[in-house]
Amino acid sequence: MSLSGEMIAFILLSLVAIIGGILLINLTRVVHMVIALVFTFISVAGLYVLLSAEFLAAVQILIYSGAITIIMLFGIMLTRHNDTSEKTAGVWRKLLLIAGIAGFGLASYAGIYNLDIPVQETKLHEDNTRQIGMALYSDHMIPFELTSVLLLAALIGAIILAKKDDEKKEGEES
Amino acid sequence: MNSVPLSAYLVLALILFCIGLYGALTKRNAVIVLISIELMLNAVNINLVAFSKLGPAPSISGQIFSLFTITVAAAEAAVGLAILMSLYNRRKTVNVDEMDQLKH
Repeated sequence: MSLSGEMIAFILLSLVAIIGGILLINLTRVVHMVIALVFTFISVAGLYVLLSAEFLAAVQILIYSGAITIIMLFGIMLTRHNDTSEKTAGVWRKLLLIAGIAGFGLASYAGIYNLDIPVQETKLHEDNTRQIGMALYSDHMIPFELTSVLLLAALIGAIILAKKDDEKKEGEES
Repeated sequence: MNSVPLSAYLVLALILFCIGLYGALTKRNAVIVLISIELMLNAVNINLVAFSKLGPAPSISGQIFSLFTITVAAAEAAVGLAILMSLYNRRKTVNVDEMDQLKH
C-alpha cells in the first residue's frame, strides 16, 4: 500500500485532532484542557486545506484558535482558574453514557463506513476566496445580512447580560 | 485526484463528535461544557466541507454553510460566557450540578 502525501498529511492531522480531544477528556486542570483543544482546532484547519477550503482554514485559525480559545480562557480566569474538575459523576452514569455514545457512534459508523460516491472534478481550489465572495453576495445574500443582525444582537446581549449584575451589586452596596 | 476517501473524513468527524458529546455530558465545569459543544460544531463543519468537495454535487455552498455555522458558534460562545459570568457573580459557582434553581 503506497501512501500519497495527501494521505500522510490526513493521517497526521487526524491523529493530532483526536489526541487533542482525548486530552480534553482526560486532563484534570481546566486551563490545560483548553490548550489541548487548540491542537484540535489547528489540525481541523489543516484538514480544511486538504479539502481545498483555504479561506475557511484561515477563518478557523482566526476565530477558533484565536478568538474562542481566548474568550474561554478569559471565562476560566474570571471564575475559578485553578479549578481541577472534580469527578463527581457516578460510575454507573459514566458507563451508561459511554454505552449510549458508543451505540450512537456504531450506528453512524454502519451508515458511513462504505459510503462510496464517485469523486468529481471540482474547481474549488481556484480562487477560493473569490468564489466564496461571489456566492455570498449573490446566492446567499439574505442569510448573510441576517448573520450581521445576529452578531449585533449577540454583542448587545452579551454586554447587557454581563453588566447588569455588576450595576445592581454596586447599587446594593451603596 | 483525491486519494483520501470521503468516508475517512466522515469517520474522523464522527470520532470528534463523540468526544465532544462525552465531554459535554460528563464534565462538571460549565466552561468545559461550552468548549465541548464547540468541538461538536467543529465536527459538523468538517462534514459540511467534506461534502462540499467530495459529495455527489460538489459546490461552494458547503463552505458558505460552514462559515455561517462558525459565526453562529462564535455568537453562542459569547452569550453563553456572558450568562456564565452573570451566574458566577450571583452564586459563586461554575459547577453545572449546582445550577438547579429552576428545579424547585
